[in-house]
Amino acid sequence: MTQSVRIAGGQGFWGDWLEAPWRQITGGPVDFLMMDYLAEVTMSIMQKQKSRDSSLGYAKDFIPLMERLLPELVARKVRVTTNAGGVNPHACATAVAEVARRLGFAGKLTIGVVTGDDLLGRVDALLSAGHELRNLDTGRPLRDVRDRLQSVNAYLGAAPVVEALRRGADIVITGRVTDTGLTLGPMMHAFGWAPDAWDRVAAGTVAGHTIECGAQCSGGNCLVDWERIPDLANVGYPIAEAYPDGTVDIIKHPGTGGRITVAGVTEQLVYEMGDPHSYITPDGIADFTTIQLRQAGKDRVRMSGIRGRPATDSLKVSAAYFYGYKAVGTLVYAWPDALKKAKAADRILRQRLDDLGLKFETILTEFVGVDATHGPLAAREIEATDVPEVQLRIGVRAAERAPVERFTREIAPLILNGPPSVTGFAGGRPKPEEIVAYWPALIDKTQVQACVDLVAV
Amino acid sequence: MRRPRRSVTRRPRVRRIRLVDIAHARSGDKGDTANVGLIAKRPADYALLERYATAARVARHFKGMIRGPVERFELPNLHALNFLLHGALDGGGTISLKTDAQGKVFSTALLRMVIEVRA
Repeated sequence: MTQSVRIAGGQGFWGDWLEAPWRQITGGPVDFLMMDYLAEVTMSIMQKQKSRDSSLGYAKDFIPLMERLLPELVARKVRVTTNAGGVNPHACATAVAEVARRLGFAGKLTIGVVTGDDLLGRVDALLSAGHELRNLDTGRPLRDVRDRLQSVNAYLGAAPVVEALRRGADIVITGRVTDTGLTLGPMMHAFGWAPDAWDRVAAGTVAGHTIECGAQCSGGNCLVDWERIPDLANVGYPIAEAYPDGTVDIIKHPGTGGRITVAGVTEQLVYEMGDPHSYITPDGIADFTTIQLRQAGKDRVRMSGIRGRPATDSLKVSAAYFYGYKAVGTLVYAWPDALKKAKAADRILRQRLDDLGLKFETILTEFVGVDATHGPLAAREIEATDVPEVQLRIGVRAAERAPVERFTREIAPLILNGPPSVTGFAGGRPKPEEIVAYWPALIDKTQVQACVDLVAV
Repeated sequence: MRRPRRSVTRRPRVRRIRLVDIAHARSGDKGDTANVGLIAKRPADYALLERYATAARVARHFKGMIRGPVERFELPNLHALNFLLHGALDGGGTISLKTDAQGKVFSTALLRMVIEVRA
């Protein structure tokens, strides 16, 4: 049996550091490169791109990245798992295959494509069959926003990733597969873990959760002792070194910056956590209260003892729908009395919006430098008369575009017809933005069939 | 009249501890809910967090900043507590107009909290 397997985290989100994947495969031995591209509303952006051009709808950055990585991936026999396929995994695979052929890898590579997560085309059938896809937060049925839906995707788990690897895929490109499934899949494949080996599945899931946000477990955005974390300019991204018994070491390549400690890994474990007893994925339920961590060496944290429970009968669904419009305008007021001036400007602006008869769902004012991050908790402690500057930041939200559009024209006049000592308006008039909102729901597992296709380069 | 000496010595002494001195934290979002993981810097201090950083105390701390209730979960194995602050993000995600729409710095906002520890 395989002794251990190394899965390197290369991207924590679409837009993460472009150097990280290259460094992960060239900095030392790894078996898999895992790259997570999908956040909750990313799918709707991709769906829009696909509706304009049927050959788009995936993480476009992935193609030039693969052009750079492929020679090394092939030479070092590193396999890739990624959800860069977005709402069009086949188009993504086609683009990667083209690049691979251009680089001379024809006949030497197999791409696995995982689909079946995209439910947008089936949504009416599902609704009329009685699947209400109620919003997990509000309880409203999806029917309420049917005419405004932009994407509907079920979260698939590790199973189709395992199948693609078993059938020989060197690069597995998926749609909406969970971030954790991209890490658990390679472990299940390498060690032959059964889908109902719940403790092993939980261990791989916890490992996936740990490395899914890239450097956030290896020194990035780490609060504890942050000033003494070495060389973040060369931060090493995390690697999950997994063992057949479900023990996982979180490590990074030697010579890289950052730091892997129990405290830092703990910060990542609690990130975006709900009930720690039940971290639910399509693959099973992981109990985070069973995780044992210990420092097993420099930049090496060992996770063990992880217990899991059987998977539920549902899959999570992430839908995106058009919600309305918003805009945010800012101005900067200087000493003396910077905060008073900013507050006066806010009052004047609100009165003008009112006098114009504009209706908003929300108007939100923040005074950056005083209360934007910690609200009244910080404002109470500040000697507000003495701050050198305050940024007035005011945002509005409405169902219709017109009031938001009109609001964007009310900021600049304040420069000459409002309180004094104002600057910082070089960015010009703010632009109304469309709001695409997120709709979490559940669907019965029997309604979703994952599909794995292989594409020979 | 002089107060009897015994009652003076019995009066409980209170130590005020700011969480930032004994804990670190990380926060994130799920929809309109912010989660804050609060972690003891020294394992021995976890007992203080568990006893004094109650859901009710945290709800009072964030009064005016969140619209919903506060839930607390314990992770003694990690010397950590996990708080869910409901209705914290002006609708959350893309809807929110807040600078901190994803609740990234509710972590340090919680670390401002002072607990009163009976010695």
